[in-house]
Order: sequence, then structure tokens, then C-alpha cells
Amino acid sequence: MLKRLFKAAAIATSASFLAVAAQAADVIKIGQVAPKSGPLAGGAAVTQWPNVELWSKQVNAAGGLNVGGKKMMVEIIEYDDKTNPGEHIKAAQRLAEVDKVDFIIAPYGTGFNLAAAPIYAKYNYPHIGVSAISDKMPELTARYDNLFFTLGNTTSFTDSVIDILKDMRDAGTIGNRVAMGNVADAFGIELAEAARPKIKEAGFDIVYDKSYPLGTPDLSPIIKGAKDSNPDAFVAWSYPPDTFGLTEQAIIQDLNVKMYYTAVATCFPAFKGKFGSKIEGVFGAGGVNQESSKIQEYFKAHKEITGKEADGWASANTYVSMQILGQAIEGAGTLDRKTVTQYIKDNTFDTIMGPISFENQISNKYWTVGQWQDGKFRGVKSSQMDGAAPIVAKDGWN
Amino acid sequence: MSHENEFKSLVWGAVLLLLAACVPLVANGYWMSIALTIAMFTVLATSWSLFSGPTHYISLATAAFFGVGGYLVGTGMSDYNMDFWTMVAIAPVVGAVLAFLIGIATLRLSGVYFVIFTLGLAEMIRTMVSWIQNNFTGSRGLYVLTDLTEADIYIYLVILAAVVYLAGWWINRSRLGFALRIIGNDETVARHVGINTATSKVILFTFSGFVAALVGALIAPRYTYIEPNGVFSPELSFIVVIMALLGGTGRLWGPIVGVIPFALLQEYINANYSSYSTLVMGIAFLVIVYFLPRGVVGRIEQLLAKRGRSTW
Repeated sequence: MLKRLFKAAAIATSASFLAVAAQAADVIKIGQVAPKSGPLAGGAAVTQWPNVELWSKQVNAAGGLNVGGKKMMVEIIEYDDKTNPGEHIKAAQRLAEVDKVDFIIAPYGTGFNLAAAPIYAKYNYPHIGVSAISDKMPELTARYDNLFFTLGNTTSFTDSVIDILKDMRDAGTIGNRVAMGNVADAFGIELAEAARPKIKEAGFDIVYDKSYPLGTPDLSPIIKGAKDSNPDAFVAWSYPPDTFGLTEQAIIQDLNVKMYYTAVATCFPAFKGKFGSKIEGVFGAGGVNQESSKIQEYFKAHKEITGKEADGWASANTYVSMQILGQAIEGAGTLDRKTVTQYIKDNTFDTIMGPISFENQISNKYWTVGQWQDGKFRGVKSSQMDGAAPIVAKDGWN
Repeated sequence: MSHENEFKSLVWGAVLLLLAACVPLVANGYWMSIALTIAMFTVLATSWSLFSGPTHYISLATAAFFGVGGYLVGTGMSDYNMDFWTMVAIAPVVGAVLAFLIGIATLRLSGVYFVIFTLGLAEMIRTMVSWIQNNFTGSRGLYVLTDLTEADIYIYLVILAAVVYLAGWWINRSRLGFALRIIGNDETVARHVGINTATSKVILFTFSGFVAALVGALIAPRYTYIEPNGVFSPELSFIVVIMALLGGTGRLWGPIVGVIPFALLQEYINANYSSYSTLVMGIAFLVIVYFLPRGVVGRIEQLLAKRGRSTW
């Protein structure tokens, strides 16, 4: 009796293994490790996760990817890294060794992209980084020949803001007085450090220059100090919580400047949701070409399929990274990762942001500054992007 | 503990150490990264319990020293073009000096005051680091680019674990260890019998600061990019305490029997219940506290006692 039971069990198990194997052959497994909890979870919930959902659903709705004449569906295997690099590394290893995924989608956040880079390099996964901004890109791409960058470098972000200041001064909109603030945390310090000498070099007076710790709940002293210095322009190298906090105070205290810039998260739908029409004319990091039909189509699909609005910056870039991956798999006609990586290096991809190609594994097509105009976050400065909207002066907080 | 038993436990320790050193030969990348996590927490939890075990002073400062180690390697290599190994040599000394100063200032506090102080410490140091970066060094991102693999780092940590064990074994036998146990039982009595309680505590606290900073420095290449928010995460301090308590702090080998099951459990939960890992983890804590109030060691000893064998 027992023997028979074992036999039946054995047959059942082997049958189910066969079923799994048969199923696995038609599926491309794609791994994604990104935060669902911890400090970066809020940003990832806007920029990263919805695009994973959108892209995979769209690909599967179209019958999958065409790999050498065979249609294969994509299956996403996702893990929460808890915004913790140690957890992230373990999860990335798990994807490679246990789940044996065919490809990966790049992590969210500079630190996480770099923490995972050696692992993805070891297993030859093409790693198309998006939410990773670094001035060490050439050194990193030389080190990891599977790693790509698509969102730009620190210098280009500060240079574009200074270009706007110059444009507005040349147009007679603003004078020479610039008030500056920054969050005393990695990216905020880096941007402020890069900007300070260049703003002075361009002939501006920095009449106010103050930093504040990350997580400062009350930012009214910063805005009050800036206001007392009677500036023509206000520039803050800020993170999501303080982008909101500073703007709230600017509205309350009626900071009267013709040029107002906050950095990260200014492009978030929630920013408009909170302040409505008052943010008309506010500048922020990022941007998108709102007039492009491909982008409009993408925004519509994003809203329909994920129920959320895309942001005015890296949402599109994140989606583009997956488009590139999908097109490279189809173009190479294989799941061999080295071949696909080589295909990405050698080809130009047709994306919602226009044609994208890589030079030394770096794409130089990205937006750097956007501005809220008529309730839409429009790209106004970029590296090699078409469709920049003309700049407008800020006219009060109404 | 008789001499024979002592010898036996040293042999056991050596065998385990050899086994641990063989892990990179058989493990794939996935198990290697789990083994590395286990090695890291073994060292942290053991050095934590060297101080907190006998004295019953719960320190939540591990993240502060660990962070100092990681941050120094990052800033040294990125901002000052220092060599990785030079920074590995400097970091634990800074950690030890810091622990020494903090020890002198605070170990006269006791009970909950000490816990709260150490909890604030990591946060204070993180903020200070940000302040220094903002006002003096600037920040260009702290890159730790080396050719070390996880297996290399793992071996260094296993060696460090062996050193910590030997140190613990020596301390337990020394007058210092005896003094600490008396302090843990009753500090007033300890003072009255002439033990310099402050000195004893400061020595051990300095040692645990040294080790935690060294671990932070050694593990930095694994992360490639150091962010103060990451290395000074207060969560690390709590996990170290929980792991050590799960194992039991009464024995030198206690923490490791807590670290291994905890790390595997955490991995299982993250792999299978990724979206609810915090919830499942919380339930796991409750179960642990309810069924293993004295840790795994306490449970083992209880079972052994039932079988008629008294102590190890």
C-alpha cells in the first residue's frame, strides 16, 4: 500500500516537473528588485513599480516577445529590497541563482544600482540603469561592460539650471540675486557643491546659501531667510519631503521670485495634487515632452493600466529602459545575455522618447529641467532632446 | 568549567571554523551572499554580547560604529584617494576611540538611560557626518571600488569571528570577565568589593566599538556605494540585539545559534512573502519571544538538563 502511494506520488511529482518545464520554456523570466518599504518606497511607487506592471502587461497582451520566431510571454519576479543594500544584494543573488531569471530590470536609486552592478555583471545580465545619477559613469561602465546609464550626470543638472538663470537674466526678467538652499544629504550636497562656483562664475550674487538636514519638518526659516535676502531667483537642491515642505512655505510666506526651482519630486503628480494651480511656473529636475504623441499615448496607457499617473521625468525613462530590453531581446533573437548586451551596444532603439542609442554604454538623451506650465510639467532644458518648451517667468503663487 | 571541557570547546571551535572557511568552495553566489550576511552578524552579535551579555547593558550603538567604519572607507577612498587596506586599518581605531570617549561619558548611566543614549548615538553621528560633508568635504558620492568578491570578504569576516571568539574566551577566563559578571549581577556590590566598574565596562565597550567599525569597513566593498543613511541605519542595531537574544547571551557561542536560524528565516520570508515580509517578521518575533524566552541556548540547556546532563 505504502509502496503504491510512493509510486503515485513520484509519478505525480515528475509529471508536475514536466509541466513546469514545458511552461518555463515559453516564458521569459525577468527579475526586479526595488523598494516596497523603507525611505525610497514612495519614489519607487511612482516611478518604478507602475512601469514594470505596465510594460509586462503590454508585452503579454501583445502575445509576448518574439524570440527567434517564437512568441514568449514575460513573467516578472519581484522582490522588495526594503531600501537596504544588504537585502538588495541577497535578492539580486536570489534572482540569478535560485529563480534563474533570464533578464533583470535595473534597481531604483543610485546606491542600489551600484550595489547590484557587480552581481549583474558576474551573470552577464544587461543592466540598463535609470534611477542612477553619477559623475563616475565612464569609470563604472569601463568596469562593468554590461552596465548602461540613461538619466544623465550631476553636472548636466546643475548646468541646465544655471542656463535658465542666464536666459532669464538676458531677457531682463531677473537680476543677479540668487538665493540657494540644499538638503544636507548625498545628492543635495553634490548638486550644491557643483552649482555654487558656477553660479558665481556666471556673474550672479548668491545672496543666501543655507542647508538643512534631511527630514527637517519645519522649513519656514529657510524660506524666511531667503525672502529677507530679497532675491530674484530661488534654487533649492532638494529631496522629495523638502521639495514639498519648501514650496508649502514659499506659498504661505509669498516668496516673490520670478524663478523658483526645487529639485527631486517637483515633477511628481502628487506635487500638483497638493498645490494645484499655485505651482504654475515652478521649475524642477527632469522634464518630458508633453507634445509628443508617443508620450501622450504612454501617459494614457499608464493611467489606464496601473491606475496611477506617471511623473514628469524618470517614469518615461524607466519605461524606455524596458522597451530597450524588449527590443534587444527580439532583435538579438535569443535569450543569451551576452548577445543581447552586445545588441544594446550596437543598435538604436525606437522608444517613446525617440530614438535612443548608447555611446560607451551611456545614453546622452535626457531631460534636465522641467517647468509647470498650464498644469503640465514640461521639459525646458535637456541633453539632446527635441521639443523643449519656452521658459516662462513665475508670477506669484495663485 | 573544567580544563577538559575547555579544551573540548576549543577543538569544537576550530572544527567549526574550518568548516566555515570551506563554505566558499561549495556555495554558489546565492548561498555565498547568505553566508556573508551570517558571518557579518555573527561577528557583530558576538562582540555585542561580550559587552552586553555579562553587564546587561543593552547597547543600540552597533550601527553607529558600523557606520563609522563604512563611511571612513568610503570617504577615504573617494575623497582622499586612500588605499582600501589603509582605511581598514584606520577605521576600527577611530571606532575604538569613539567608543572609548562615549564609554567614559555614558557608562555611568545605567538601565534605560543607557539604552536611549546609544539609540540616539547612531542618529547623531549620521547627522554629524552629513554636516561635515555639507560644510567641509563636499559629497561626490562615496565609491568603494575594489576587486574583492563576496567570498573574499566572507573569509576576512570568518577570521575576524575567530579572533573575537578567542578574545571572548580569554576575557571570560580573566579577572575582567569575572568583574563584568559581578557588575551584571549587582553593580553596587561590585563597587563595594573594590571593582573599578567604569574601567571594566569601558574596556569592553571600546572592544565592541572596534570590532563593529572593522566589520563596517570590511563589508563596504560589498555595497560599492556608501550612503550615510544606509550604513547608519538604526535597524542594524536592533537586528544585532534580536539575533543575540534569540541565541542567548549567557554563552560565547550563544549569538551564533541565534544568527544562523534568524538569517535563514529572514531569507525565507523575504523570498516567499516579499510584500508582507515586515508583517511575517513581526509574527516570527512574537513566536520566538513566546516559545524561546531564554534563547536557543537556554532551550538547548533545558533539554539537556531533562536528559540528566547538567552543564556543558
